Amino acid sequence: MSQYVAPSLSVRGTWEGFWRLLPLCFFVTAFGLAYGLAAVQTGLSQVETVAMSMLVFAGTAQFAALDLWGMQVPILPLLVTTFAINARHLLMGASLYPWLRQLPVYRRYGVLLVMSDANWAMTLNELHSGRNNLGLLLGGGIALWFTWLCGTVLGMYFGSAIARPEVFGLDMVLGCFMLSMALGGRKNARMLTAWVIAGLSALAAYWWLPPNTHVVVGAICGGLVGVFWLERPR
Amino acid sequence: MSLSVEGYGGLILIGLMAIVTLITRFGGVLVMSFIPISPRVESFINAMSGSVLIAILVPIAVEGDTGARLALVATAVVMLVVKRPMPAIAAGIATAAGWRFLFG
Repeated sequence: MSQYVAPSLSVRGTWEGFWRLLPLCFFVTAFGLAYGLAAVQTGLSQVETVAMSMLVFAGTAQFAALDLWGMQVPILPLLVTTFAINARHLLMGASLYPWLRQLPVYRRYGVLLVMSDANWAMTLNELHSGRNNLGLLLGGGIALWFTWLCGTVLGMYFGSAIARPEVFGLDMVLGCFMLSMALGGRKNARMLTAWVIAGLSALAAYWWLPPNTHVVVGAICGGLVGVFWLERPR
Repeated sequence: MSLSVEGYGGLILIGLMAIVTLITRFGGVLVMSFIPISPRVESFINAMSGSVLIAILVPIAVEGDTGARLALVATAVVMLVVKRPMPAIAAGIATAAGWRFLFG
């Protein structure tokens, strides 16, 4: 296990992570704005709208919750949908485990509190390339959380300015970000095979399996490539 | 079973959502802490981590409109040339917005 550099988690590294993710947060704010507006239009109170961004902190799941919201909300469908959309966090967390296991337990779970797509992907690339700043996950997560919250609050009051985020291309933020992270990461024949399998199985799941299962299905199928095709020992 | 959003109902629902989401954030690491890490498990984790990105992307590319697809193309090109994510993302978003403004 010696190839996994010991992660460092420092105030300075966290600060650095905060600033690294801040440019992206411009887009996150815009997305939060769209959520804030949608939530108010759905009939959530201001306290509820802010509480959801603060405590759940998972954009896609929050939008999905609004679809189910009404005077009466079906509990099980709400929680199953939330779980299915956020199940990718399970895999994201697992992918960081070789580094996180070297931290004391409270820090290990502390940094996971703010793990989100963007700061996870950036941190993983960083760790794979041998740098060890876990502050990127924590600081970046704090930046994302804070701007998501700011966007939500702004959206409650001025959301109508950006009622249709797709006009500004803002629906593509996550997709473009994920693509840039994938292309910026390590590439070899084994990885590319995993990607192809992941892509095909995700698509099949997207078409033929219940909604919101495609990410987990694709990721696990891609991972299985790794189980059967081991990297030569370094 | 449903819960009325009257009174504290809405906040209770949000609290439950928060707990479920927290379980997903902690769960992967928690489960891994009970699995001995063999080279095979390690290889699974490595192959899986990139696959998460691809699995999120594929439906966006396949089901998206032309603006969405061009956005991904623009991101890929800029990323491969400049090798920095922010310009790549900005190019993608600008492409989607521009295409939809002109032809949407």
